[in-house]
Amino acid sequence: MTVTDHTQATADAAHSHGVIPDKSRADRVVSFDVDAFPVPTGREENWRFSAVRDLRSLFADEAADGHLEWTTSDLPEGVTLTQVPADEARERTVREPGDRASAVAVKHAGGAMALTIAANTVVDEPITIDLHGTGGDVRGHLLVELGQSAEATVVVNRTGTARYSELVSIDLKDNAGLNLVLLQQWDEDAVHAGEVLARLGRDSRLRGTVVTLGGKVVRLNTSAAFAGEGASVDLFGLYFADSGQHQEHQLFVDHAVPKCTSRVTYKGALAGKTARSVWIGDVLIRAAAEGTDTYELNRNLVLTDGARADSVPNLEIETGEIEGAGHASATGRFDEEQMFYLRSRGISEEQARKLVVRGFFADLIHEIGVPAVEESLMRQIDLEIAHVEEELEHE
Amino acid sequence: MSTLEIRNLHVTVETPEGTKEILKGVDLTINSGETHAIMGPNGSGKSTLAYSVAGHPKYEITEGSVTLDGEDVLEMSVDERAKAGLFLAMQYPVEVPGVSVSNFLRTAKTAIDGEAPKLRTWVKDVKGAMENLRMDPSFGERGVNEGFSGGEKKRHEILQMELLQPKIAVLDETDSGLDVDALRIVSEGVNRAKENTGLGIMLITHYTRILRYIKPDHVHVFVNGRVAEQGGPELAERLEAEGYDRYLANA
Ligand SMILES: Nc1ncnc2c1ncn2[C@@H]1O[C@H](COP(=O)(O)OP(=O)(O)O)[C@@H](O)[C@H]1O
Ligand SMILES: [Mg+2]
Repeated sequence: MTVTDHTQATADAAHSHGVIPDKSRADRVVSFDVDAFPVPTGREENWRFSAVRDLRSLFADEAADGHLEWTTSDLPEGVTLTQVPADEARERTVREPGDRASAVAVKHAGGAMALTIAANTVVDEPITIDLHGTGGDVRGHLLVELGQSAEATVVVNRTGTARYSELVSIDLKDNAGLNLVLLQQWDEDAVHAGEVLARLGRDSRLRGTVVTLGGKVVRLNTSAAFAGEGASVDLFGLYFADSGQHQEHQLFVDHAVPKCTSRVTYKGALAGKTARSVWIGDVLIRAAAEGTDTYELNRNLVLTDGARADSVPNLEIETGEIEGAGHASATGRFDEEQMFYLRSRGISEEQARKLVVRGFFADLIHEIGVPAVEESLMRQIDLEIAHVEEELEHE
Repeated sequence: MSTLEIRNLHVTVETPEGTKEILKGVDLTINSGETHAIMGPNGSGKSTLAYSVAGHPKYEITEGSVTLDGEDVLEMSVDERAKAGLFLAMQYPVEVPGVSVSNFLRTAKTAIDGEAPKLRTWVKDVKGAMENLRMDPSFGERGVNEGFSGGEKKRHEILQMELLQPKIAVLDETDSGLDVDALRIVSEGVNRAKENTGLGIMLITHYTRILRYIKPDHVHVFVNGRVAEQGGPELAERLEAEGYDRYLANA
């Protein structure tokens, strides 16, 4: 058994002024009732790093006028996409919302879209859902449901612009396997707050990848809860924040039952004076969760002066009978020695920077498991780096 | 025929205690096909000399000149120096995670030559060079220096030197930390490069052992930021017997 020292990380999480820390991550309020959550001020534990001012319209308990345009790939047999009325949508959601933006999204989404994959259906080709915003306020509620032993890859790609809040509910029945890729490729003025809630049945497998490149403010809060033994979750995240972008990723893995495995791996690059990223990774190993194996990692690569990355891992352990639990968090400046080494081989500064950043993300990108997405991501990262070169030239 | 000419080179670095002069007037001329051993105790400034020639940003040139075939090297950026034909095998090669060796080598070769190498011959060249240096082909897929042992890093440096074919190479303690087998393999690589391309070599070393495998034409004793004495191979033999004490007492 390996257990890393997590006292430091826990202390870091609680040091800020005026914040009332949770006693345990398990004690957080969850509710469909919007009024159960006061409008966030930025002093709350879960909003203290957030761009609360930019998110304000997502907290308003009122109907939204806009919508996203949906384009879906052809759905194979055993896969359906249906509109579900509000009452039923709430019932089929795996857990109640965990914050105000999420509760508002459910209340005003006008029901949910449900992507359902029947038991024992194995879908080989990725199912893609393109969501395109054309401005305005939009509330969304999406259900992704896999029956027993079903398997699928689902890619949700967000483009265009909106002030968008959503709740994505993922329900994996026993032995189901889902590879879910959420791409935030918004235009630069989009504001997006999403809560992703997953419930994993016995022996089920969730591989979730989040890629955040676009948008002004993106705040994704992913929670995975184990409901049956032998399940595993791999959560990957890749983000690249430029000046003016605020990208926040919160994670919560709830080990409530024995013998489950979780891996969280998030990497981000930041470039530009006001680029900002936040990563908060909470893992709770409850008393009953014997045999748990968990590890979470966050690494940030700061490419230019002024950019700021916050990284807060939290590990709460209520039983000693575990396989392993650890976390690592590192935020580093761009390595000048690496640049020198590459350039001393004739490689130009621009190309060297590209190699280093690509290398930083390479292993993560290869985990996505959808070749088309992997290739397009490499191209996008090259574009991001080209953008960095422009910013550096203006300095 | 190429010539690297270092004249009256003075170099400083910034330290927490303030600016510190490390090189205090270095003179050295290296022609194609010549091997110059630079021998000196730890801390005498050998790596500083190597880094200064390669253009590491930490080192400030306060006086003197470095030219390659008359061209002002100090005016060139780091990558321009490499393209002009200079190569530095580093004492401590840097890890670049996630960038595969094969991608790195091809990118460097393309940059140096100004055009991509022909795929078929390139693959063959890389394979052959790796075989000569007893490097497993699987190295190509690994990250640059990532998790390499000390000896593997040094062989990787020589691999690059053989493939990039510089005019003048500075080898900074390429021999340090190698066992005899690895030392022989690395030395063979250096001798091969010299034979094939007429490479001029600045062989920086702390120990005399490598000189059994790579025969120097000239030996320079480097102490306290400058060349304290120079001579032929016999000077190295004397150093082997007497060590650096004689020079340090005077310094
Ligand atoms: N980047 C640096 N910052 C501070 N001091 C340095 C730096 N590089 C070298 N020095 C100092 O300069 C002196 C010479 O170092 P170096 O060139 O590495 O010597 P050698 O390679 O001969 O062992 C040493 O005292 C070393 O501490
Ligand atoms: Mg040295």
